[in-house]
Amino acid sequence: MGFVILGIVVLIVVIIIALFAGGYNGLVRLRNAMKNAWAQIDVQLKRRHDLIPNLVETVKGYKNFERETLEAVTKARNVAVQASSSGAGAAAIGKAEGELSGALARLMVVVERYPDLKANQNFLALQEELTSTENKISFSRQYYNDSVMRYNNQTQVFPSNIIAGMFNFKPGESFQVTAEEERAAPKVSFS
Amino acid sequence: MIWEQIRSNQVRSALLVVLMGVLLVVIGWFLGYAFFGSPIAGLIIALIVWGIMNLVAFTQGDAIMLAVAGARKISQDDHPRLFNVVEEMKIASGLEKMPDVYIIDDPALNAFSTGRDVQHASVAITSGLLQKLNRDELQGVIGHEIGHIRNRDVRLMTLLSVLLGSIVIISWYATRFLFFTGASGGGRRGRSDRGGGGAQIIILAVGIVLLILAPIAAQLIYFAVSRKREYLADASSALYTRYPEGLASALEKLSNANTQVQKANRATAPAYIINPLEKRSLSAQSMTSTHPPIAERVRILRAMSGASYAAYDQAYRATKGGAGVVPSSGLAAAPAVALRAASSETGPVEDLPDRIDRTRETSNMLWQMNDYKVIDCECGTRLRVSPAYRSLTVRCPHCGRTHPTPR
Repeated sequence: MGFVILGIVVLIVVIIIALFAGGYNGLVRLRNAMKNAWAQIDVQLKRRHDLIPNLVETVKGYKNFERETLEAVTKARNVAVQASSSGAGAAAIGKAEGELSGALARLMVVVERYPDLKANQNFLALQEELTSTENKISFSRQYYNDSVMRYNNQTQVFPSNIIAGMFNFKPGESFQVTAEEERAAPKVSFS
Repeated sequence: MIWEQIRSNQVRSALLVVLMGVLLVVIGWFLGYAFFGSPIAGLIIALIVWGIMNLVAFTQGDAIMLAVAGARKISQDDHPRLFNVVEEMKIASGLEKMPDVYIIDDPALNAFSTGRDVQHASVAITSGLLQKLNRDELQGVIGHEIGHIRNRDVRLMTLLSVLLGSIVIISWYATRFLFFTGASGGGRRGRSDRGGGGAQIIILAVGIVLLILAPIAAQLIYFAVSRKREYLADASSALYTRYPEGLASALEKLSNANTQVQKANRATAPAYIINPLEKRSLSAQSMTSTHPPIAERVRILRAMSGASYAAYDQAYRATKGGAGVVPSSGLAAAPAVALRAASSETGPVEDLPDRIDRTRETSNMLWQMNDYKVIDCECGTRLRVSPAYRSLTVRCPHCGRTHPTPR
């Protein structure tokens, strides 16, 4: 009779350990997914940095293209590269990237006035790449925020909140997009 | 939220597989009992049939599907925009590996995804889709397909369709044999049981009923699951793109198009985003349909007040009434997800004029330049009459009607 009780107790302990392990593993997986998602944003930002010199070269060839706009873009790009490579905080990186988006948007507005440029195959391909990269930046931010939400949910929901408290899983920070106009391409009117 | 979705999918698919498996086992048992006097033999045969079909479906399923559809794999350089859109959705959904992208040279509008898991996934689009949809709409469609991949729907549907196929095949052959050998089978059965005559007849009757009903039941299960997964894929698309209107207007365009995908057949139809075989009737409601009616899908998407699964579920319940469609794990404590505005790219994704149309345009010009006259026959044929034609009437080679020669 004693053995049966001992057996049951052991079983219960094993089950509890298994549940704990499962909860802990789940939290770890979600946290890693969150970190990975953050890294993905970086990948897209770098891709945009790499596209810009090409773009500037293609546009420069067109005579009389406004130098200041081009220079603004190059400058903003250099600032952004600097910010990310020097390991500045997320806020500083966000600000630099926001400025770069603004400079690019202004460039696209100016391009509207050059029909030859707009029809140029190289330029069109580059423009598609840029648009796509902007979208990818948005989507990777979006996915990062989704990961943060999932992770935070798991740290707050019962019973994993107990495990989260025991092993010190801190909530994640979502990445707020500061300016919505970064997302929309400029609308040009010919009136 | 999404991984829980997949978990509940796994539990649900396990249950359905078990249910259908039980059906298969019962049929096999009955078969063995009826024809060989040994239920075990029947069971073994049923399991062998199922095993072989499973093997083929899981190892070669995608390749077969893609080959049947006439799809050809493309790289980034062939269709950069399409590739970029797929990559964007891959990022938004958190897929670990970029799916292979295939294109089907067909002016019809349709798309499908295949692949037993994320590592072996593919997405196929018709060229007609690229020419008729704008970027937001294409994003919605791709989001839907990637939703299928993410929710492991392909694996679930493959499992179910293999089970269904096995059940159908076995029952079909069994009923045939029964009709042919029914009368003479009594003698064989006699040797195993002596005194169980009444029970045998009952078992036989039950078995026959089962043989007839099982395929029907299995089909209904299959169709119900297929429809539900379509709704969930719509919800996933809305979540990834944050713009359900994109998918809604794409579905509308798809349903209004009047060309059918040429190479779809009954086996591959369920995988497409809209059923390539059903008539384009927006209000078609059918328990035997693999896809929910398009008008309803569009209504639900347009009724969404946010982009989360909870918002989709709410819109679903408001449109259809009754229970929701998103599993409860997908609705867990999720804050509202805001919709985004439309992007400014409103033109078609690709501006490829149809080569046939271009050729036609050119030859029309040539005919005109050489003074050929045109007669449009009622059967739809366009007749071109040379200036050297002397007779008073022209006969249409298609339908035989005669037309007076134009001056």
